[in-house]
Amino acid sequence: MIIETRGIGKTFGSVLALRDVSMGVAAGQVTCVLGDNGAGKSTLIKILSGVHRHDAGTFLVDGREVRLGSPREALDRGIATVYQDLAMIPLMSVWRNFFLGSEPRRGLAFDVARARRIAREELLAMGIDIRDVDQPVGTLSGGERQSVAIARAVHFGARVLILDEPTSALGVKQAGVVLRYVVRARDRGLGVVFITHNPHHAHLVGDRFLLLNRGASLGEYAKADITREELTGLMAGGAELEELEHELRRE
Amino acid sequence: MSAVAGRADERVARAGLVRRLLIRPELGAVVGLVAVFAFFAAQSPVFRSPQGVANWLDPAATLGIMAVAIALLMIGGEFDLSAGVLTGTTGLILVTLATRYGLDVWTAMLVGLVVALAIGFVNGLIVTRTRLPSFIVTLGTFLMLQGVNLGVTKALTGTVQVSGLRRAAGYEGARTLLAGTVEIGGTPFRVAILWWLLVTAVATWVLMRSRAGNWIFAVGGNEQAARAVGVPAARTKIALFMTTAFAAWLVGSILALRYTSVQANIGIGQEFIYIIAAVIGGCLLTGGYGSAIGASVGAVIFGMADKGIVFLGWDADWFKFFLGAMLLLATLANRLVRRYAEEVKH
Repeated sequence: MIIETRGIGKTFGSVLALRDVSMGVAAGQVTCVLGDNGAGKSTLIKILSGVHRHDAGTFLVDGREVRLGSPREALDRGIATVYQDLAMIPLMSVWRNFFLGSEPRRGLAFDVARARRIAREELLAMGIDIRDVDQPVGTLSGGERQSVAIARAVHFGARVLILDEPTSALGVKQAGVVLRYVVRARDRGLGVVFITHNPHHAHLVGDRFLLLNRGASLGEYAKADITREELTGLMAGGAELEELEHELRRE
Repeated sequence: MSAVAGRADERVARAGLVRRLLIRPELGAVVGLVAVFAFFAAQSPVFRSPQGVANWLDPAATLGIMAVAIALLMIGGEFDLSAGVLTGTTGLILVTLATRYGLDVWTAMLVGLVVALAIGFVNGLIVTRTRLPSFIVTLGTFLMLQGVNLGVTKALTGTVQVSGLRRAAGYEGARTLLAGTVEIGGTPFRVAILWWLLVTAVATWVLMRSRAGNWIFAVGGNEQAARAVGVPAARTKIALFMTTAFAAWLVGSILALRYTSVQANIGIGQEFIYIIAAVIGGCLLTGGYGSAIGASVGAVIFGMADKGIVFLGWDADWFKFFLGAMLLLATLANRLVRRYAEEVKH
């Protein structure tokens, strides 16, 4: 396991956002975090990525306990996060976005030529075909944008890649493109945390599944232990769904 | 790998040189510059003579230094309404300390610089800590400085100006450096023009070729995203406010040394002119986009119109009308150009 949480929790004032969640991410594996809105998915990834500090349980990186104080600290330990909507700056070019925050230097200057070249090469290596690295990111499609962010994280030596609902705003075809890059990142030996509320996407690429509901864990399952139908049932809240079905039929 | 990259390069070239040119934020301003120059030069021989050029480059220079700094700040997503009145504050500090407290001009300028940087730092600190709009925060600083400028000047001199800098120690040296003239081809040009060109060059280098430049675009484009990838957003913004304050000190000192006296109400109303020049130069009001060269070009358009209207013998009141029309045209042109440049091509 590269990162592992044991009984981790977080409260905001009187709100219990997350309680007693245990999970792990191993190299070359995809751990899917599933849950409905408000299940605590965002709180969990914000702890993993250093935005929030947990206030219960333990958080281990490479077997050693840590308390991450900032996203920078998480990055320095190889934990990179790709957020759904704040991954990129739309008016800036692809290569400027690619190196944002970690610009290569030559003397005092930002080595622009190298940044352009590396960005183009890294994108091609991930199989991402972008016409022009000088074009503003705002002109890319949603799937392309996610893919650029993933390629960036891979380039900067991420060992763990946290993807926050990368497919939720995308059409079927675009989502397929992103899932392909998720698999490619996994094959390059990264541990991937894939947050989603789509059990079909999760079951396609996942090795382990953590289910969250109202801030608590419904358990962590290996792929062999759970079918897609069971996953979908648990996601939808099983009994709740049957109740809903019953209620709707009566009307 | 390189073969694949090479093939991609060829496709890039095909994607269009025109689009590459149009995406430059300063394009609209350059077109405006050519049009305004042609308009005045066609009607006034004085306007296009070397003396005429030196004449309209002078207001462009002092305005340009400020517009470039404000452009950087606006690209970083913030405004500074206190910048205009701060040129007055630094000038007043310089003249007051040098004429009434026996400091030599250099030391007085140094004190002015320290005060200016402190004000810029405080502006930046309040904006980044409280997340209040900089428009409001610096409006507060603007009013406070306006009050201090008038109040302190009146208390010390009983009038609304301080004067007599010419007699202070070190005046001649400082004047040569900041407020003198240089002869080029027999025509005297204000040395401030050189300072303005230097400021524009340095700002352009920082924006396009340094890490700080990348951070400036990023904090203005999307501060949260920038912070998430490790950009020191607060430090970048505070540095931008301090840069603006530095520019205000430079311009305040240039003007004080040139006129040897400072009115306590100087600089009031200028803050909007700086913003207008930056916007004409292609800066977005919402941040994240713009250029230092564009802001300088915007300043030249101002200088041309300011002096050109006089050369043509028109009433100076028409200058304001011209300003408004330029601003509207520039904003519209910028929007069209950007839309065209950013069209998704699939």
